[in-house]
Amino acid sequence: MRSQLTPAHAVSALLISLCAAVPYLASALDEPFYVIVFARIMVWAIAAISLNLIMGFGGMISFGHAVYLGIGGYAVGILAFHDITSAWIQLPVAMGLCAVVALVFGVICLRTRGIYFIMITLALAQMVFFLSVSAERYGSDDGLNILWRSEFGSGIIDLEDGAVMYYTIFAALLGCLLLQWRIVVSRFGMVLRASQSNDTRVQAVGIPTYRYRLAAFVIAGVMCGLAGFLQANLERFVSPDMMNWHRSGELILMTVLGGTATLFGPLVGAVVFLLLSEILSTITIHWHLVFGPFLILVVLFARGGVMGLLGSRAARD
Amino acid sequence: MLEMRGVDAFYGDSQVLFDMNLAVSSGEVVTLLGRNGMGKTTTVRTIMGIVRTRSGTITLNGTRIDQLPSHAIARAGIGLVPEGRQIFPNLSVRENLIATARVPRHGVPAWTFERVIELFPALGARLASAGNQLSGGEQQMLAIGRALLTNPQLMILDEATEGLAPLVRREIWACLSSLKEARQAVLVIDKNLEMLIGLADLHHIVEKGSVVWKGTSAELRADRSLQLRYLGV
Repeated sequence: MRSQLTPAHAVSALLISLCAAVPYLASALDEPFYVIVFARIMVWAIAAISLNLIMGFGGMISFGHAVYLGIGGYAVGILAFHDITSAWIQLPVAMGLCAVVALVFGVICLRTRGIYFIMITLALAQMVFFLSVSAERYGSDDGLNILWRSEFGSGIIDLEDGAVMYYTIFAALLGCLLLQWRIVVSRFGMVLRASQSNDTRVQAVGIPTYRYRLAAFVIAGVMCGLAGFLQANLERFVSPDMMNWHRSGELILMTVLGGTATLFGPLVGAVVFLLLSEILSTITIHWHLVFGPFLILVVLFARGGVMGLLGSRAARD
Repeated sequence: MLEMRGVDAFYGDSQVLFDMNLAVSSGEVVTLLGRNGMGKTTTVRTIMGIVRTRSGTITLNGTRIDQLPSHAIARAGIGLVPEGRQIFPNLSVRENLIATARVPRHGVPAWTFERVIELFPALGARLASAGNQLSGGEQQMLAIGRALLTNPQLMILDEATEGLAPLVRREIWACLSSLKEARQAVLVIDKNLEMLIGLADLHHIVEKGSVVWKGTSAELRADRSLQLRYLGV
């Protein structure tokens, strides 16, 4: 299949190159602050990619997706609290827990549609949020400091080294983008996308869509759990706020802003959302007054988000 | 092959099918005729499990399918080309065809991607186009191709030529003729009585949710009063 180059391709390539070059650029400009900003952006981008998989390509608007960020983060925090710092334990626990929780939540949520789906995902996520608030041993509302980042036990991946931490996140981002693309163009992804447009019709041609949707829900949960693992390591801190419903809302906004059902939309959305909020907040403490209307304008006039404006064709760019 | 016996079906509290009886045998082309709103599409939706039966039975090759979910009914061997095409607009032509394609558990698949493209060369030229970029005729070809690629024992076509240009309609009828030559069992709903009489083995006239007449093409052609009374032609 021949692909036509669009501005969306150029912007995507530029963003990936920028992410790769940020540590060097920041060092050259003597602005190390931007390394942490872009590391955060990439972590959020991974979480937004995972949401895009179910929301953009599968039509499942989860208003509780940040719960997996929290679970992934708390897996690191709680294990580190008990002196288990091996990444080979923390990472499988984080992703495994997210898989189990997403499976249970998915079995419940996917029996509903539309507004009911949104409300149930929100309600289930808030249950976990309040569970973390009530966990006094693990810092309750105040959160939990992480003294040591996850240890891979090799000389190559030492997350205590800022550059290694940054490029580990970058590699994870590339991996998630690649995985998202592989899923979307696979037969599994086709069924998922078809089910978004007409679920009854897909079933009428012999596909049990529930299983496909559930599998996508679990994959998205695990991917977001990876983002939680990385965020906890990056910030050396976890708190219930990671999985607050505001965070889930922000993930939705990032995905919509960048362009749902596009491969690079979530990354673009995370960059625009976080950079804009970062810049605006340095200008005025009332930055939400500017940011809010901006988001409304994007939703009203750029229905395909930034990627739509740049001529992206859904599912391929 | 397919048999509906004494089927009652409802939309909410309103009964829409009354003691519906219908049979399609292997290799046969059978029609459902009737005015708008008489229950033809509802019959198809009931066969596919989209509308549930309250009484009666539907069997495919002797096995009851009326309690199965939609996807299991399709998997049992029924391919549906629904009214209004309903292709997947956000998938390309190629993806529309392969996303739901199925090969039979035993034996060589009768329908392959290449064979469908051979049947509808217009689709071959537009494989990368999104479903919503196709003309009505191309969408109809895609819907038929999608159903054929599930390698069904029985194809159901609901208003397959509705709203299409005469040239495209001719192509769809030619496709139906080649399906008949290939001994594909087909249940077809359409308004073009002349073409249906030329094509089908057996006709059913549906009136107010039940079959009021059943007969061959010769019998239907000969009975002008029947055509006038139930079909308004």
